[in-house]
Amino acid sequence: MSRPRIAALAAAALLINAAPAAAERLVASLSNRHIMITSNYTGVELVLFGSVERDAVNAGRGIAYDIVATVIGPRETVRTRRKQRVLGIWVNTASRTFVDPPSYLAVLANRPLDVIASADNRRKLQLGIADTPLPELINNDIGEVSNDPFRAALVRLMSERGLYSEEANAVTFLTPILFRASIKLPAQVPIGDYTVDVKLFADGNLIGHTALLFEIVKVGFEQFVVEAAREHGLLYGLATAFMALLTGWIASVAFRRD
Amino acid sequence: MQIYLPIADIPVNVFLVLAMGLAVGFISGMFGVGGGFLMTPLLIFIGVQPAVAVASVTTHVAASSFSGAIAYWRRRALDFTLALTLLAGGIVGSAGGVALFTWLRALDQLDLVIGLSYVTLLTVVGVLMVGESARAIIRGRQGKPVELRRPGSHAWFHGLPLKLRFKRSKVYVSAIPVLAIGFIIGFLGAVMGIGGGFLLVPMLIYLLRVPTVTVIGTSMVLTFLTMVSATVLHAATNHLVDAVLALILMVGGVIGAQFGAHAGQRIRGEWLRLFLGLLVLAVGMRFAFQLVIRPDDLYSIRQVGGGL
Repeated sequence: MSRPRIAALAAAALLINAAPAAAERLVASLSNRHIMITSNYTGVELVLFGSVERDAVNAGRGIAYDIVATVIGPRETVRTRRKQRVLGIWVNTASRTFVDPPSYLAVLANRPLDVIASADNRRKLQLGIADTPLPELINNDIGEVSNDPFRAALVRLMSERGLYSEEANAVTFLTPILFRASIKLPAQVPIGDYTVDVKLFADGNLIGHTALLFEIVKVGFEQFVVEAAREHGLLYGLATAFMALLTGWIASVAFRRD
Repeated sequence: MQIYLPIADIPVNVFLVLAMGLAVGFISGMFGVGGGFLMTPLLIFIGVQPAVAVASVTTHVAASSFSGAIAYWRRRALDFTLALTLLAGGIVGSAGGVALFTWLRALDQLDLVIGLSYVTLLTVVGVLMVGESARAIIRGRQGKPVELRRPGSHAWFHGLPLKLRFKRSKVYVSAIPVLAIGFIIGFLGAVMGIGGGFLLVPMLIYLLRVPTVTVIGTSMVLTFLTMVSATVLHAATNHLVDAVLALILMVGGVIGAQFGAHAGQRIRGEWLRLFLGLLVLAVGMRFAFQLVIRPDDLYSIRQVGGGL
C-alpha cells in the first residue's frame, strides 16, 4: 500500500535534489535508537541533532536553511466513530475505517511550514499533517476523502493524545548550520519501528534529506506478559486465574480469625 | 510511583490503583458483594479501556470471592451441590457472554451495551433495595415485628421436572430454574465484569427459598467459579486480561475486604442494605447521565489491528 507512495516520494526527492547544484550534505542522528519500555516507563524525549555540511563556495553565501523532520510510528488500521442521539441516548451510528494511518506522527520544523515551502511543494512532499495522506476504506476501495469530518476528528483525537503533532518551533538552529530538535514520545505511543525523515530546505526548495530509524520495544517482564497474552491466551488465562486463587488463599490464611 | 500496565498499555499510579482496590474491597467486605460493579467504572474513569477493565476485573473478583468462599467453607456454611448446579448454567452463560462481548466489540457497540446494562441493572436493583430496606427501617421504628415470609409458597417453576435435592440448603427444587439463574449470572458477569453477587443472593433467597445461612457462602463459591472461567475465556479469546492490573487490584481488594467485613458487623442489616442500595443507585445514575447528556466529543477512535 505505502510502497508506491514511498517510490513517488523518492522520485520527487531525486528530481528536486538534482535541480540545483546541491553542494549541501545533511547529517543527522538521534540520541537513542532503542527505547525500552520497562515497568517504570512514562514516556521519553528523544533528541534529534544534525548539521548542514557545506562546501567552501556555499559557506560564504550565507544561505538560511530550514529543517522539517517527520517522525512516523508503526501503522495500524483505525476506526473513527461518530455518536448520534437515538431515542434519547448517544450511540455510535456512523464510522469510517482509515487504512494504516501512522499511529504516531510528529512534524517538527524551525519555522511555520507555509513559510518553508509552497503549497505545491508541501503537497508533493507530503509535508505536514494536512498533506499527509490518510486513506480511508470506501466500499472495499481505498482512497482519500477531502474535507472529511472523520479525518479531521481522527487528527484531532490523535493530537489530544499527544500522538499527532505539528510544531513550527521544535527545531532550533544553534548556529546557522547546526540544529537540534526534541521528539516527545508520550507514554501511550505504540511499540514498533519508527522512521524520522529529515528534510533540508533553502529558499523554499528541498536540497537534501536523510532518514533515521529508531524502535520502541517492550523488554523483560512487560515483553513476557504481552507475548504470553497474545501467543498463549489459554495458558495465560489459566496462570492469571491461578494467581487470583493464590492471592485469595493467602488472604484467607493471613486474616484467619479462628 | 508509576507502573506501566503491559496489556492496558498505559502507565498508572500503583498507589492510586491500590487505594481503589482497598476502597472497593472495603465496600465489598462490608456488604458481602464482589464489588465489580464499582471497580469496572472506576478503572474506565482513570483511563483503562472499558474492554480491558471488564476483563481484568473478572480476575480481581475471582480472588476476592475465593478468599470469602474459603472463610465460609471453614464454617461449613455453603452448599456445594447447589453451587455446582448453578455453575453448570454459569459456564454456558459465561461463554455466551464472552461471545456477545467479542461480537459487540467488532460492531463498535460494546461501550454502549456496557453502559446500558449498568444503567438498567443498577437502577432496578438499587430501587428495589432502597425500597425494601426503607420499609424495614420504618417498620422497625413503628415497633412492628419483622415481616415473616410464608414458607412453602410455591411459584410456577416449582412444578417443573428434573427435581434435585440440595441437602445442605434443605431445598427440593427443579434443576431448570437453578441452571437458568446460573446462566444469567455467568452471562452478565462476562459482559459487564461483575460477579453478580448482589443479584444472586436475592434470587436464591426469594426464588429458590435457600436459607440465609448457606446463601452468601454458596454465592461466593459460584462467583469465584464463574469469574475464574470468565478470566480464562477472556484471556483465550480477546487477550485483554491485564495480569499486572489485576494483581494490584486483588492485593488491595482482599485487604480492604477484611476491614470492610469488620465494619459491616457493627451496622444493622436494613441500614446496610439501604446504604448498598443507594450506592448501587448512584453508580447506575452516573451511567445514565453519561448516556443521555451530549458527550463532549461526538467522535471516538479505536484501533482495529495492523494491516488489512
